[in-house]
Amino acid sequence: MSHASPPTTASDAPRHGTFGQTLTAEWTKIRTVRSTFWTLLAGAVVVIGFSALWALLFTASYDQLSPADRASLGPTTPMQIAFYFGMVIFGVLGVLVITGEYATGMIRTALTAVPNRARYLAAKAVVLALVVLVAGMVVSFASFFVGQAILSTKDLGGSLGDPGVLRAVAGGGVFLMLIALMALGVGVILRHTAGSVVVVFVLLFVLGIVGGFLPGEWGATVAKYLPSNAGSAILEPQPGDSVLPPWTGLAVFALYTAVALAAALVLFQERDA
Amino acid sequence: MFGIEPHMIEARGLTKRYGDKTAVDHADFTVRPGRVTGFLGPNGAGKSTTMRMILGLDRPTGGHVTVNGRDYRRLRAPLREVGALLDAKAVHGGRSAYHHLLCLAQSNGIPAARVDEVIGLVGLQSVAGKPFRGFSLGMGQRLGIAAALLGDPGTLMFDEPVNGLDPEGILWIRNLMRRLADEGRTVFVSSHLMSEMALTADHLVVIGRGRILAETGVREFIDANATSHVRVRSPRLDRLAPLLAERGWRVEAGDGDGLRVFGAGPAPIGDLAAANGLALHELALVQPSLEEAFMQLTGDTVEYHAGVPGAAAPAVPPGGQPAVPPGGPPGGAPGPAVPPSQPPNPEGRP
Ligand SMILES: Nc1ncnc2c1ncn2[C@@H]1O[C@H](COP(=O)(O)OP(=O)(O)OP(=O)(O)O)[C@@H](O)[C@H]1O
Ligand SMILES: [Mg+2]
Repeated sequence: MSHASPPTTASDAPRHGTFGQTLTAEWTKIRTVRSTFWTLLAGAVVVIGFSALWALLFTASYDQLSPADRASLGPTTPMQIAFYFGMVIFGVLGVLVITGEYATGMIRTALTAVPNRARYLAAKAVVLALVVLVAGMVVSFASFFVGQAILSTKDLGGSLGDPGVLRAVAGGGVFLMLIALMALGVGVILRHTAGSVVVVFVLLFVLGIVGGFLPGEWGATVAKYLPSNAGSAILEPQPGDSVLPPWTGLAVFALYTAVALAAALVLFQERDA
Repeated sequence: MFGIEPHMIEARGLTKRYGDKTAVDHADFTVRPGRVTGFLGPNGAGKSTTMRMILGLDRPTGGHVTVNGRDYRRLRAPLREVGALLDAKAVHGGRSAYHHLLCLAQSNGIPAARVDEVIGLVGLQSVAGKPFRGFSLGMGQRLGIAAALLGDPGTLMFDEPVNGLDPEGILWIRNLMRRLADEGRTVFVSSHLMSEMALTADHLVVIGRGRILAETGVREFIDANATSHVRVRSPRLDRLAPLLAERGWRVEAGDGDGLRVFGAGPAPIGDLAAANGLALHELALVQPSLEEAFMQLTGDTVEYHAGVPGAAAPAVPPGGQPAVPPGGPPGGAPGPAVPPSQPPNPEGRP
């Protein structure tokens, strides 16, 4: 059959696959399902939208606010609040890139093409990370600028040049990338879309709320280390005592992500596909 | 053509347990190039499990299986060595057929031009851009075969490829497998339908309850596991049966006034009847089918030898075809049974 067409026969090409080939394939996979686009769009709409909404509400009610409330406004306050509501959506993308394959059975087809599971998972993680890093940066900067544009109508706006602001906004993109990677780990471990989304939601959203109710000093300390609180420390231009220092917080979140991915890799290599 | 290595699949002591359930039990077999090897076994025998282990999807509990002498998981560009269709539905529903094949090709360094080529080969040009979720079973099967052919591999595996296909699709797959084998490739195809195997396979690996029961040629398998017999009908069976038995031929009750005679052809039986002045209403050679051979091998070998007609003969349904219930095959094979551990070896394998 195909040996009628020499250029494409197997034996002509190099026999050894490369990590680059696996990456190319994963890039094709992530860009050829609509869920990628829709999930990223939903994340963008929620984060940018909430940032705008909060800024609008703040400026509209500014005249009635107490001096303390007025003073609580920082340059990244709108996007911090928006992140809290929207970041889970970037986790959903991380879940879907793997559970979508389990749900359809594609995982088996894919693993016959790339039987080296570590390589497979690594390529998936790298492509997901790059896609969400780019999208996350766009979303993070857009939510900052949209919030500032609205706040500046009352002369309340800050700028990227203010201390810690550029780090907070750029760090927001990195944070979203880490969220997607942690969710990928959860998806590999659970292999089920709904279950994984619930777990990611609990880790990022519910735990953050629970942390606010923990009593006493130990409660405050524990709360700092909860995933969403640790990760969103990077969004604080001038962090106070209630959160971890920004890079420490992001590092703690990266550690959680690494643990999730490591557990995922071990299970992924051990388990039958 | 497809590299210089011999493309073979070799299983040695291959075992898979799921909890208490042993799905594959110390399987030893070799699948060789240039012919279609059927992997035959009833539902739940362990065919799919064996194929998943060959492809490195399931990890064996014991033993090992190699493709071209290597563990599948060690192949760097496996699609160039093995093409497999395990489950035609194992495709992301939202991705188009073209992109599905493209990502598989890219992962193994196969040029994108080959994707268009295999799409043409299986005749999916008109739907290549459509999402997979709208595909019919037959279209899915063709896409799965396109994926299997993508790397122009020397070894091909198909798990129940004709399941659910219409006659045209079945014929197409049969011809394809034939052609692939004729090109010198190793073709390993599973089925629980013996009739299908009889039409497609040259060689058989027979599995039952996880154990390899035979590894042999199709013809040899039938000869070894089911003997032909002669169907005899006569109004004077009471006299004929003892005469036949006297000659040392095995006689069993057939349907109604019929007998089944093993160990002699129609001619000596007819002569014997004529010499004794007994009328015959039927004298027919019945060739065994692969079905019978298979059931005699996989069924519990409770062999039943009826010395004289009428003695506790099992019922044969009207219509005459010697149907054999899987639970207890009557008229057990007197021919050389194949011992499970030592498959007959027509190839002279060392
Ligand atoms: N993942 C699994 N977990 C538990 N048991 C399994 C699993 N896969 C297969 N089995 C069991 O192992 C046995 C062999 O199954 P397998 O699917 O390999 O059979 P098969 O020969 O392909 O059957 P069929 O003709 O129905 O496709 C069955 O009893 C099945 O229930
Ligand atoms: Mg099966």
